[in-house]
Amino acid sequence: MANHQHAAPAPVGGSLLNPATLVCGVLVAIMLAVLVVRFFFGLGAVTNINDGYPWGIWVVFDVVIGSAFACGGFSVAMLVYIFNRGEYHPLVRPALLGSLFGYTLAGAGVLFDLGRWWNFWHIFAPGYINPTSVMFEVAACISLYILVMWVEFSPTFLEKMGKHDTKKKLNKVLFFFIALGTLLPMMHQSSLGTLLVVMGVQIHPLWATPLEPLLYLLTAITMGYAVVLFESCVASTAYRRKIEMQLLTPLSKVMLGFLAAYLVVRIGDVVVRGAIVRAFAVSLEALMFWLETACFVAPLFLIGTEAKRRDPARLFLSGILLMLGGALLRVNGFLIGYETGDGFNYFPALPELMVTVGIFALEVLGYIIITRRFPVLPREAASH
Amino acid sequence: MGNINEIFDLGRKTLDDVERRLDMSRRDFLQFCATLAATMGLPAGAEAAVAKAVESAKRPSVIWLHFQECTGCSESLLRAEHPTLEKLILDVISLDYHETLMAAAGRQAEDARKAAMKANKGKYILVVEGAIPTKQNGIFCKIGGQTAMDLVKECAADAAAVIAVGSCASWGGMPSTISPLADSSPTGSSGVAQVLGKPVVTIPGCPPNPYNFLATAVHFLTFGKLPELDDKGRPKFAYGRLIHENCERRAHFDAGRFAMEFGDDGHRKGYCLYKLGCKGPETYANCSAIGFGDVGENNWPVGCGHPCIGCSEQGVGFQKPIHQVAKLLNVYPPQQYPRIVEEQGKGASFISAAAVAAIAGAAAGAAVMMTRNLGLSHAAEEAERAKSAAKPEQDKTGA
Repeated sequence: MANHQHAAPAPVGGSLLNPATLVCGVLVAIMLAVLVVRFFFGLGAVTNINDGYPWGIWVVFDVVIGSAFACGGFSVAMLVYIFNRGEYHPLVRPALLGSLFGYTLAGAGVLFDLGRWWNFWHIFAPGYINPTSVMFEVAACISLYILVMWVEFSPTFLEKMGKHDTKKKLNKVLFFFIALGTLLPMMHQSSLGTLLVVMGVQIHPLWATPLEPLLYLLTAITMGYAVVLFESCVASTAYRRKIEMQLLTPLSKVMLGFLAAYLVVRIGDVVVRGAIVRAFAVSLEALMFWLETACFVAPLFLIGTEAKRRDPARLFLSGILLMLGGALLRVNGFLIGYETGDGFNYFPALPELMVTVGIFALEVLGYIIITRRFPVLPREAASH
Repeated sequence: MGNINEIFDLGRKTLDDVERRLDMSRRDFLQFCATLAATMGLPAGAEAAVAKAVESAKRPSVIWLHFQECTGCSESLLRAEHPTLEKLILDVISLDYHETLMAAAGRQAEDARKAAMKANKGKYILVVEGAIPTKQNGIFCKIGGQTAMDLVKECAADAAAVIAVGSCASWGGMPSTISPLADSSPTGSSGVAQVLGKPVVTIPGCPPNPYNFLATAVHFLTFGKLPELDDKGRPKFAYGRLIHENCERRAHFDAGRFAMEFGDDGHRKGYCLYKLGCKGPETYANCSAIGFGDVGENNWPVGCGHPCIGCSEQGVGFQKPIHQVAKLLNVYPPQQYPRIVEEQGKGASFISAAAVAAIAGAAAGAAVMMTRNLGLSHAAEEAERAKSAAKPEQDKTGA
C-alpha cells in the first residue's frame, strides 16, 4: 500500500472544553430533548412531514446529504488505494473519521424517521427482505458500510490502546475491507439517485432522469473531495496548524476532473431530454436549478488554474460551493422538485430543524474529541 | 407433472359429444365447470370430476314444483347473462316437470310428472319453489286438484334429494310475513321442511344467486351426495359467512364512514350503508363474494347503493323494516376510529423560516470570515515568499 514516508498521525491534544464544543454540546442536548418527544409522541409531534411528503429533512439532509458529505473517506481511499496515489495517505484518516460520523449518524437518522422504528430489523431478516427493492439495496449497503468503516478506522483506536499485535493482524486483512469500503458507497450512493428514478413523474423533469444514479455517484465523489478541502481548511484554522497545501492543490485538480465529468453528463442530460426549457420558466424549480448549477460551475472559475489552486481561500470556497451544489441537487430532487398532488405542503418544523442541526453538531463534536485524543491528524512537522 | 390430456382426459369422445349437445365450445364448457367447482370451494382438480359428471349422457330427472311464489328464482336461473346457462339447466338435467317451462299443459303435464316419478323412483331430484299454504288444509294453492301440501308430500316421498330454492320454499319467505296485528300469515305459508317434517336443502334468497343452486345440484350430480349444510339446511359454501364479512364497503364501516341518507355526500362516495338499514351484518349469504348475473362485480343491491334487506335470512328479510338498523352479529365497530383526515402539511411558520434563515446566515457568515482569513494569510505568505525570493522555494510535493 502506501509506502511513502509521512509524518505519523498523532493526537492534537488540548482541552476538550472550549466554546466550540460547548455550543455543539448544547445543540446535541436540544436534539436529544426533541428526540425524546419524538419517540414518546410520534413523528407528528415534532415534524411537519405528511402523507404527501413522507420524507422530510431527516431523510434528505441527515441521510441523503449527510451520507454524501461523508464520502470523503471513500473518495480519498479510492484515490490512495485504487489509483495507488500514496502521497495522499495523510488525508485518509481524517477523511475516514468524517465519513464514519456522517454514515453512522445517517444510519441513526433513518431510525428517527421510521414511523414504526421497532420494525427496523425487518430489512435484514431473510423472511422479510425484498431483494428487488431499491430501499433494501440502500439500507443493506449503508449498514454494511458503517461496519466496514469502523473496521477501517479501528487501527486508530488500536494504536491508542497500544494493541499493536492486533493491529498487525488486522493490517493483513485490511485490504479486503478497504476494497469493500470502496465498492459499497459506489453501490448505495448511486442507489440514492435510483430512488428518484423510482418516483417517476412525481419528480420535476429537471431532476427526473434515468441517469440520476450516475449523477448521484459523480457528485458524491466530488463532494467527498470538497469535504476534504473544507475539513482540512477548518481543522488547520481551528487547531492553528499549517494547511497541507502540497496535498490539497493536486487533490483539487482531481476533484475538478470529476466535476467536469459531472457537468458534461448533467448539462448533456437536461439538453438531450429537452428538460432545459423548463429551466427558463418562472418558477421556484428553475431558480433552484440555476442556483445548483452555479454552485457546480463556479469552482471551475475559482480554482481553474494552478496558481489559483494554491490559494487556500479559493480551495475552501470551492469546497463549500461544491458541498452546497451537491446538497441542492439532492434537496431539489427530493423536496423542491417533488410534486405529490394538490394541497400537500412541506416546510420543516423548528424541532425537526433542531434534530438535523444537532446531528451535524454531534459530528463536529465527535471530530473534535477524536482528533484531540486519538492519532488521526498527521503530526505537525517541527521544521518550517 | 403428467400429460395434461391424460389427467383431464381432454381428448375423450364424450367431450366432443357434450360440445355438440350443449352447442358450446369445449373451452366454455370446462370454464363453466371450473366456475361451479370454485363456487363450492372444491379443491383444485375437482373441475375435472365436475366436467365428467356433467358431460355424462345420463341426466338426472328433476321435478320442479311452483307454489306461492313469483317465479323469480326460475327467472334468475334462466335470465342469467351467461350465454349457455339456460342450455345447461335444460341439458345437464332432465327437467321433466316445470310449470313455467314445459310445453305440456293440463292433464298431459301432470301425467308427465307421474311418469317421471315412476320411472326414476328414488333417483330424481325434487326442487320446490314457493311457500306452501297450510291454513284450512292448504286450499289456497291447488294444482290439478291437489293442494300444495299434498303435492310436496307425494313428490318428496320417492325423491333422492329435496332442494327448496328461494326464501319462500326455505321458510315461507315473503308470503309468510306476519302483520303486527295478526298472529299468523293469512294463508299460513310455510317452508318445505316444516310441511315434510324433516330437514331439506335450502337455497334462500329472493332470488338466490343461480350459481348457489347450480353448484348444489352439480355437487349432487358429481359426488352423489349433497354439500355440507348448516343447521338451516343451507350449503355452507354459500351461506357460511355474513354478507358484511366480505362486503366491498366493509372498509368504510371499519373507518366509520357512513351514508346517512340516500343521495348525500357519503352515499355518492360509496360509503357503508349500515346506517341506512343494511342487513349485511346479520345476513348469511355470499352476495358480496359472487356477483349476480354474470356481469361483473357491483351488480348486487349494496353495490348499487341500496342497503341489503336480508332476503335470505329468516326473521330479517320481509320481517324487519328495510331501514331499521341491523343487529351486529359478530362484527362490532371499533372502540375508536382512525383519523380519516389526511394531513396535507403546513407551510413555513415564522419561527421555522427564521431558524432556517439564521442557520443559513450563520453558515454563510462563518464561510465568508474563514475565506477572508485564509485569503489574508495566503496573501501574507505570498508576500513573505516574494521577499525571501533568494531562498529556494520549498518543494511542494515532498515534506
